[in-house]
Amino acid sequence: MSRRAAQLRLGPGPVARTIIWTLLGLFFLIPLLSMLEFTLRTAKPGVYNFDRWEAVFSGETTRYDRVYQGLGNSLVLAVVTVAIVLLVLLPTMVLVELRFARLRRVLEAVCLLPIMIPAIVMVVGLAPTYAVVTQIFGSGTWTLAFAYGITVLPYAYRAIQSNVAAIDLITLSEAARSLGAGWGTVFWRAIVPNLRRGILAASALSVAVVLGEFTIASLLSRVNLQTSLLLVSQSDPFVAVIFALLALVFAFVLLVVVDRLVAARRRTAKG
Amino acid sequence: MSALPSTVDTVAPTLAAGHGSTVELRGLVRDFGGGAGLNGLDLAAEPGELIALLGPSGCGKTTALRALAGLERVDAGSILVDGRDVTDEPANRRDLGMVFQSYSLFPHLTSAQNVEFGLRMRKVPGAERRRRAVEALELVGLGQHGGRYAHQLSGGQQQRVALARALVTRPRVLLLDEPLSALDAKVRVQLREEIRRIQTELGITTFFVTHDQEEALAVADRVAVMRAGGIEQIGRPEELYRRPASAFVAEFVGLTNRLAATVAGGRLTVLGQEVPLASAAADGPVTAYIRPEDVVLGANGLPGEVLTSSFLGALRRTNVRLADGTELAVQHAAGDVLALGERVNIALSGAPATVSPVV
Repeated sequence: MSRRAAQLRLGPGPVARTIIWTLLGLFFLIPLLSMLEFTLRTAKPGVYNFDRWEAVFSGETTRYDRVYQGLGNSLVLAVVTVAIVLLVLLPTMVLVELRFARLRRVLEAVCLLPIMIPAIVMVVGLAPTYAVVTQIFGSGTWTLAFAYGITVLPYAYRAIQSNVAAIDLITLSEAARSLGAGWGTVFWRAIVPNLRRGILAASALSVAVVLGEFTIASLLSRVNLQTSLLLVSQSDPFVAVIFALLALVFAFVLLVVVDRLVAARRRTAKG
Repeated sequence: MSALPSTVDTVAPTLAAGHGSTVELRGLVRDFGGGAGLNGLDLAAEPGELIALLGPSGCGKTTALRALAGLERVDAGSILVDGRDVTDEPANRRDLGMVFQSYSLFPHLTSAQNVEFGLRMRKVPGAERRRRAVEALELVGLGQHGGRYAHQLSGGQQQRVALARALVTRPRVLLLDEPLSALDAKVRVQLREEIRRIQTELGITTFFVTHDQEEALAVADRVAVMRAGGIEQIGRPEELYRRPASAFVAEFVGLTNRLAATVAGGRLTVLGQEVPLASAAADGPVTAYIRPEDVVLGANGLPGEVLTSSFLGALRRTNVRLADGTELAVQHAAGDVLALGERVNIALSGAPATVSPVV
C-alpha cells in the first residue's frame, strides 16, 4: 500500500490496533488464566501442580462420572440442537426468502423473540409443554434440545440471515431451475454451498450456547454440563473450574476453527 | 410430467445448429394487481428467430419472458413450444436456457462447473460434460477461463459464462432477460454482437428482453414493442422504425418530432409541405411523427433559428425553432457545424409519416 493510500485509509493505525488487540486479548485471557491458576493451586501457597487435572482425566475415581455424564448430555444436546437449526430454521429461512418475502419481518421477529424472554420465564411456559414432550419422547435429556432450539434461534437466525442477505438467492435458484434442477437440487447444490459461512457460524454459536446453558436444564431437572458442574462444585470447586475452563476453551477453539474453515474456503475460491 | 430430453450424445457436436423451436404465447394474462402484468399477450416466434421484447419499465416484457421460462405462473392463456402446451410444466422441465439481468453464476463453482451444471442435471457422463463445457466456453471466447470463479471475472465475462451455461444443454429456446444492462456501453455493444453471432450460428429461437431500443433494433429479427401487458406492434426493425403503427411506437422507438398537421382527402400536410402517409388516416387535424433524419437543412424551406447542436460522432443533431415557435430536431452531417442562434432553413425529406388523431 502506498504512503498516500495508507494515509487515506480509514480506521486506527498499526500502533492503535496493536493496543486495542492487546487490551481485548487481556480482557478475555486474564479470567482464563486466573481459572487455570486456581486449578493448579495446592495446599501450600505458591506451589502449583497438575494433580487435579490428572485426577479428572486418569479415570481412577468415579467422583467425576456425573460431570462426564453432563458433558456427554450437553454434547448430544449440541448435536440435536444444531440438527434442529439446520433442518427447521435453515429451510424455513430459504423458503421465506424465495417464496414468501412478505413474511421475512414476521420470521425475524419470531426468531429474535427468545432473546427478549428471560430463561426462567421461558421455562414457566415450557414446563407444561414438556409434560407432553415427555409423554411422546420420554424424559431423556436430549429432549431439552427442543427448548434449546428456541434458545439459539436469535443467534442462528442472525448468522444465517447475514449470509442470506449477501447472496441473491432468488436469481441463483431461478438459474438452477432453468438449468433443469428440481427444488431439492436447488437447495442442496445451489443454495446450501453458498450459505456455508452462515451455517457454520450458526452451528458454532448454537454449540456454544448449549454448552453454557444452565437455567432451563436445572428447572426442568435434567443433567447437562452446567448443572453437573454446579453439583460437583459444591464438593470440589477445582474440578468445576477445570471443566468450565475446558468448555470455554472448546467453544473458543470451535469458533476459531469455523472462522479458519470459512477463510480457507474463501482463499480457495479466490485461487 | 415429461422428463428433460436426454442430451447424452457423444457423436453430435455440442452446440449443433438449426434446432430452433416454434414458440407461441396465446392470450397470456398475469394480474399482479398493480401493473407489469400481462394483458392477453399473443406472440409467435418461428424456429431460429430472435425476437426482442422492447418496452418501457412495467410494460410486462420481463413477466412475459419469465412466464415462458416457467418462473412466473399465468392466470390465463397458454404457452406452446413446438406445438406442445408447456403452460403447466415447471421451469426445470421446459428445457429452455436463460440468461438473467443480474449476475447469476453460482459463486461456489468455477466457470466450467457452472457451465456443466445443466449437463449434470441431465446426467451427462463426466468426460462428455467437461468436453462440452470447454466447447461452450470457447464459443463465448472464454476457453481459458474455465477454472475461474465468478468474482474473478468481469461483468461481461460473467454474462458470457452465463450464456455458455444456458447454451450448453442445447435448449429449445434461449431467453435473455436484459443480459447486457449491467455492463458498460462498450462491452454491451461487443457482447450483443456476439450474442447475435452465436444465435445465428446455432439457429436457436431466442427472446431478448431489453428496454434499450438501439439494442433491440441492432440484434433482433423482429422487435415486439410492448405496452401495458400487450404488444403494441411487432415487426422487423426497419419496419418498426420507418412505419410505426402508433404514436406510442413512433415516440418510443427512435427520436421523433411531434408536429401539428392536417389530413385532407388522404393527403397529409405538415409544416405547409405535403408528405406521404405511412398508413391511411381519417381527415382532420392530426399529430404527425417525423424522424430527425427526415428533416433536411437547405437553402429553401421554412426559416428557423438554431437552439442547440450536439456532435454525435458520425452525425450531428440540431434543435431548431421555427418562426411560429415550433421546435424540431434535425439530424445532419457532422461536418455541417451550426452556431447557436444561426438562421437556417428546414424542409421535410418526403419520407412517409405516421400520424395520430388530435384528441
